[in-house]
Amino acid sequence: MTDIHQPAGPRVSGAAPHAEIDSDAAEAFLSHDAHSASDHESLRHAPGPYFGAYGGRWMPESLIAALDELQETFEAAKKDPEFTAQITELNSTYAGRPSLLTEAKSFAAHAGGVRVFLKREDLNHTGSHKINNVLGQALLAKRMGKTRVIAETGAGQHGVASATAAALLGLECVVYMGAEDTRRQALNVARMQLLGAEVIPVTNGSQTLKDAINDALRDWVANVDSTHYLLGTAAGAHPFPAMVRYFHEVIGEEARAQILEQTGKLPDAVCACVGGGSNAIGIFHGFLDDPSVRLYGFEAGGDGVESGRHAATITLGRPGVLHGARSYLMQDEYGQTMESHSISAGLDYPGVGPEHAYLADIGRASYEPVTDREAMDAFQLLCRTEGIIPAIETAHALAGALKVGQRLAADLAPGEQAGDKVIIVNLSGRGDKDVATAAEYFDLLPDDSAEQEIAQEGEQL
Amino acid sequence: MKTLSSKAAAAVEKARSEGRAALIGYLPAGFPDVPTTIEAALAMAANGVDLIEIGIPYSDPVMDGRVIQDATVQALAAGFTVPQIFDVVRGITSATDVPVLVMTYWNPVMRMGVREFASRLAEAGGAGLITPDLIPDEAAEWMAVSDEFGLDRVYLVAPSTSPARMRSTVEASRGFVYGVSVMGITGARTSVGAAARAVVDDAHAAGAERVCVGLGVSSAAQVAEIAGYADGVIVGTALVAALRDGGVPAVAALCKDLSTGTGKNPS
Ligand SMILES: Cc1ncc(COP(=O)(O)O)c(C=O)c1O
Repeated sequence: MTDIHQPAGPRVSGAAPHAEIDSDAAEAFLSHDAHSASDHESLRHAPGPYFGAYGGRWMPESLIAALDELQETFEAAKKDPEFTAQITELNSTYAGRPSLLTEAKSFAAHAGGVRVFLKREDLNHTGSHKINNVLGQALLAKRMGKTRVIAETGAGQHGVASATAAALLGLECVVYMGAEDTRRQALNVARMQLLGAEVIPVTNGSQTLKDAINDALRDWVANVDSTHYLLGTAAGAHPFPAMVRYFHEVIGEEARAQILEQTGKLPDAVCACVGGGSNAIGIFHGFLDDPSVRLYGFEAGGDGVESGRHAATITLGRPGVLHGARSYLMQDEYGQTMESHSISAGLDYPGVGPEHAYLADIGRASYEPVTDREAMDAFQLLCRTEGIIPAIETAHALAGALKVGQRLAADLAPGEQAGDKVIIVNLSGRGDKDVATAAEYFDLLPDDSAEQEIAQEGEQL
Repeated sequence: MKTLSSKAAAAVEKARSEGRAALIGYLPAGFPDVPTTIEAALAMAANGVDLIEIGIPYSDPVMDGRVIQDATVQALAAGFTVPQIFDVVRGITSATDVPVLVMTYWNPVMRMGVREFASRLAEAGGAGLITPDLIPDEAAEWMAVSDEFGLDRVYLVAPSTSPARMRSTVEASRGFVYGVSVMGITGARTSVGAAARAVVDDAHAAGAERVCVGLGVSSAAQVAEIAGYADGVIVGTALVAALRDGGVPAVAALCKDLSTGTGKNPS
């Protein structure tokens, strides 16, 4: 492949592609049910390994056979009605699907008065979208005859979800977690242990999520006969990005049907937060071939992208390879991975899934940074206006939706009302785990309380 | 597997002509500093090592165990930067005829630009690259550029490698094929197991003229065992630990000892 030199600067506006999409909007909407986006090649169900110049398998040869086995098993499972029925059954009787689509009327008043709908992945079992992927992959692990799953986790959401699926399906589960995080997230470690998982503190490298992935990969190389690596996001080597997306597509499928039912039309915009990109690609997928629907991914801007302390991979990263895929990557001038920073552990990753890199380059989706402060303001706003405590990851999507709504309202065509515009936000998770962080952030804890001490270390209760 | 003007192939063939397997020694660049890397590499060359492998310290070395990780973390913390690899290579090749291969994860090469990296490596007198996380399937640019600059491209094959992949990887390699002895990462092991022999046999059967075995080799006895069926033996972790604990003299002593195992028919 050729070395593709992408401009390193922010690409958040995507002006030209949007102009083209806008001109097709009305027609695309009218013709949708018959043949969506007839003038465009479909972007849905992109099979990998490549998404434009991204994706692939930048992996040690030792693991290629396991990736091949996984790919074959996955392809066969998709065509097996027994497997798809199993997924549907688990989704409806265990995970709690379909998740609701809730209109957030009071919150929407702060978003320029457009209508805002929340796709309630927070109501799923274990509290986030992560359950969709772990159930699917754990079933595949069983189909491959594997008896053990390993996973990486940052804050512990994916670790808890993996431990849950492993408990349900009778698999041994080992979770790799940065040593710092195991201390700061002691309660999530206990949760995983209650579910029967073993948590291994990672003391290598920078001791963060990316190092937990490194150690999981090292484990996988050595134990690949018995072990499936249950990767937690739509990143990594083929088939992970396309496979993880497949298990999350249900978010977008449901949301599309629900919004049509509740408003009689497609939304103007869909907003999601982007860590590795799994919740975002899951909801985007339902709308990829609806050119009138603008797709927005919100990355963690940390202290601000100009501060250098952020996780805005697409906004500021450059193409590179990490953990098996070519994608945007936060790296220094020598190709060493940089450390990311975010108040939200789930977005604190210096890479991003390759399909997002592609969607960014072709202008189909736009990616923007949201700072810690903007996210926490939106977090508080949703709590107060709707009685829903979101995950701090999700709060980035909410903050982005406020901006998108205000822009839509400022940009109305003659005769249009703000209330004609519709935004869906993927409410990827609930904030129970973040109560201590938020309480500390908003200075709600009494000085010298045990909770404050824990919260200062970032404990997510 | 192409032999044309391959420095690594010449080194392995020279050992073969002397009735033994080649001994290949690995050290990471910049551990504990650049001058010591060069000094230690020259000590390897003077004590029976036929081919030197220098690793580029990288932030995410997924194929490496703790000893090499710790050494490369230390090198990076001490300020090692990727372009210094060319100083290391030049420092070695200007003082010995023993060829130098660079072992690198792929992102640092991509970041510099594959062509620029290759041209600077060739200019420094380097033999080529060993690429633990680059498979031939993703290597179109490296294939072309390594041809252009006459550099070796050493890919890995593993116990899990399918027969079809074995053939295509052997075909894509130049210099030798790196046979991974066990399913795992770098680190000393007491035994390398039967899998190593099967990998070597399969690679030979797939047409490889030279197959060298690495991962877990730490003693002269292991070298002797592997020399019985492979064309070369690669030692890494044990040398890094020797350098860490006893400096350059310990590296020299270990190489001298390891090289006693390379004879094809140890009596
Ligand atoms: C609630 C929630 N949302 C979003 C994310 C980010 O992951 P992804 O980008 O894969 O959806 C996480 C990750 O931990 C999460 O817990």
